[in-house]
Amino acid sequence: MKARVFITLKNGVLDPQGKAIHHALEGLGFSGVNDVRAGKLIELDLADGTSDPEIEDMCRKLLANTVIENFRIERLEPAAA
Amino acid sequence: MNSAVIVFPGSNCDRDLAVALEQVTGRKPAMVWHKEAELPEGLDFIGVPGGFSYGDYLRSGAMAARSPVMRAVKDAAACGVPVIGICNGFQVLTEAGMLPGALMRNARLSFVCREVPLRVENSQSLFTANYDAGEEIVFPVAHHDGNFQADEATLDRLEGEGRVAFRYVDEVNGSARRIAGILNDSGNVLGLMPHPERVIEPAHGGTDGRRLFEGLLETVNA
Repeated sequence: MKARVFITLKNGVLDPQGKAIHHALEGLGFSGVNDVRAGKLIELDLADGTSDPEIEDMCRKLLANTVIENFRIERLEPAAA
Repeated sequence: MNSAVIVFPGSNCDRDLAVALEQVTGRKPAMVWHKEAELPEGLDFIGVPGGFSYGDYLRSGAMAARSPVMRAVKDAAACGVPVIGICNGFQVLTEAGMLPGALMRNARLSFVCREVPLRVENSQSLFTANYDAGEEIVFPVAHHDGNFQADEATLDRLEGEGRVAFRYVDEVNGSARRIAGILNDSGNVLGLMPHPERVIEPAHGGTDGRRLFEGLLETVNA
């Protein structure tokens, strides 16, 4: 089974990269962009039966720094044969 | 003083730190590779050096903080052994949970590499005994992820408990309250972004960093 972990900066944490992307979009003439936040996507290929708490444990212990980051787990169901 | 310098793949200030420690203490530090699960016996001091451990993968210091040697460093710190984390070493110590907060990308995104004036905020710690409170000193900085951030309650606690060791005199990287270096709650772990090991002898352009190691040596020998 596969899972995706989305890691984003917590609200209120300054995101310099998001800001730079925002400025660059404006420089290209895209108006109407209110805000940009940059994050990370990590794809995990896991043994079948890996539980949600196990994935959350991976996030807390390594994948996200919970001082500044939030994480969200999305399980991808295997394609039907 | 028996010291050790931890070496990760991608460390690049380990040699500078070793030279500084040898000059000040008269003894070569043990260089300890990150895969070691144990530290040499009888250590009086541990240095976690600057660099780009594990290529800054995931987050600066994230992989190094989970390496086998860091468990031993944590245990030693819990027993009171003084530990300093400089630059990437500071990032490693925050990622390892040995210091609060996190070091994020510099606010203006650029790599900052220059000498900066710092104010010594706490001159009573193991590491700052040779400075005067409020004294201005100059250390070089060289970092991309030096923007220290923590929640307001943590920042207030750090300030209230005298755990802000050094503060940038001018804005450098966006750090909350211009914090450049902090102590843990027991006062035996210091993390800072600027490089004291690069201002050890007059040929370096200054000797303000030497006093940090001299002060530590005096405290350890006292």
